[in-house]
Amino acid sequence: MNWRSMWAIARKDLKEVRQNKVAWEPAIAIPLIFAILMPILFSVVPQVLPVDDIQRELGEIETLLKKLPPSIQTLFDGLKIEQMFVLYMTAFMLAPLFLILPLMFSSVVGADSFVGERERKTMEALLYSPVTDMELFLGKVLAAVIPAIALSWLTYLVYIIMVNLASYGLFQRIWFPLPTWWPLMFWLTPAFALLGISATVMISARVKTFMEAYQLSGSLVVLVLALVVGQATGVLYLGVGTVMLVGTLIWIVDAILIYLGSRNFKRSSLIARL
Amino acid sequence: MNAVIEVNSLVRIFGQNRAVDGMTFHVEQGEVFGLLGPNGAGKTTTVRLLNGILPPSEGTMCVFGLDPTTCGEDVRRRTGVLTETPALYERLSARENLEFFATLQGIHAPDMNRRVNEMLEFFELASRAKDKVETFSKGMKQRLALARALIHQPPLLFLDEPTSGLDPEAAQQVNDLIASLSRANGQTVVLATHNLFEAQRLCNRVAVMNKGKILALGSLKELSRRLWPMTWVDIVFHVKPPEHVAGSLRTLRDVIQVSADDEALSVQVENEDVIPEVVRLLVEQGASILRVNPRDHTLEEIYFALQAGGA
Repeated sequence: MNWRSMWAIARKDLKEVRQNKVAWEPAIAIPLIFAILMPILFSVVPQVLPVDDIQRELGEIETLLKKLPPSIQTLFDGLKIEQMFVLYMTAFMLAPLFLILPLMFSSVVGADSFVGERERKTMEALLYSPVTDMELFLGKVLAAVIPAIALSWLTYLVYIIMVNLASYGLFQRIWFPLPTWWPLMFWLTPAFALLGISATVMISARVKTFMEAYQLSGSLVVLVLALVVGQATGVLYLGVGTVMLVGTLIWIVDAILIYLGSRNFKRSSLIARL
Repeated sequence: MNAVIEVNSLVRIFGQNRAVDGMTFHVEQGEVFGLLGPNGAGKTTTVRLLNGILPPSEGTMCVFGLDPTTCGEDVRRRTGVLTETPALYERLSARENLEFFATLQGIHAPDMNRRVNEMLEFFELASRAKDKVETFSKGMKQRLALARALIHQPPLLFLDEPTSGLDPEAAQQVNDLIASLSRANGQTVVLATHNLFEAQRLCNRVAVMNKGKILALGSLKELSRRLWPMTWVDIVFHVKPPEHVAGSLRTLRDVIQVSADDEALSVQVENEDVIPEVVRLLVEQGASILRVNPRDHTLEEIYFALQAGGA
């Protein structure tokens, strides 16, 4: 395996994506909303709203809290009403939403790399280079996965800082992240990044344009929404065990999709689609 | 014979279409070999087969003694391909394009910088090295695509319609370059084109193709002799010869017809070997000869004659 060639392909794809505003504008805007706007909103609002309003809102939350595992319920013991609101919203409700980031980043880069290259008619020259089909495939996968994970982790870091800063007045200590966030960041996020690109690879074989691939891969967000709804309704709680289990399932799906994608990523079939 | 490419009974089928249908040919080292034919003749498919991009349906092929189907990477390390469209990364600069392909060809840092600079200088793109390719003219893009194909100094170069869409000046530049590659560097060039003027100027031998088959293969002279064994020769005199001279030529066994026109004669002979005998007879009869011009057939004439017979 020629790693130098693979890195060169990955770097080249990233340089190209940087020039594609349709690809990177949402990839910058959404992390800014998640990492800066949301923690400010959910941490500052309870500090300025009347307690009665929060009490009314929390009335519904309390029924949800009762459905949480006892170990989590203890986190809320002895907290003031404003602290409960901040804890519930920033540490639990928003957590699954963050999985949109690795999915979105990797599928955007993947769509540009796999379909965009074909659309721009630059693939043929690449096929005449002495890299193997597998090196070409993995180079393109790396181009999507590495920045997706890196940008997601950067967003998490900013989010952690913002949550602690914005809620410091309420808690008077650094309390975030909670233990459930570690597997979310380091187990589930890479799995979702790989899911985004592996699904895009499968989609890329069936579409002709970057926009088609981009829009179709966007349908993967349904998975994240299912987790958000599950958590909001108390059906599925993303605790450490659940995150590890969901992550393992996603990794298995990733492995199957990557295997199938690499098997179909052959010069002879790629050139036929040009 | 030192064959760089050897192809035997090569077939490539796409569904019901036999894109390449039983081709057999070889290309020798240092040769400029033309694949001529209309669109859909199988030229591009042949280039793809020889670079291991497509596997053949039947037949065998060897490039530098290697089978491109199983040793595609090794073959592609020794070949440079100019595709029909430049296929450049338009959002990247000229330098970034060359550096990327140099890396894929295994050229490392110090050599890479030197080689990229050389190519940019040679193709007169150095002043625009940092500009995005999307700002380049068509001719500049074609020159950059050629630079990309040559960045690793491949001993075998495939050029697919190298002057397609270029203005005459740019096309002339590209053609001069192709001629110099073979002459100065001993590089073997396979030129896939339907530009017959270009092929006549550049190629040592050509394969005229149609519907995946080779209709004829050889040098311009060989093809011309095969198609038209009888040839015309125009003889221009310094002083108009006496009337009987034309008549005496008709007595020669291999002379078919003679037509006289003031200070010139046009003689149709069985083959070119008869021409010295014609000249000798004229001189013996006191004719003062200024010029002897055997009429050459152009590649265009040969091509259309073959296509008419082979279509």
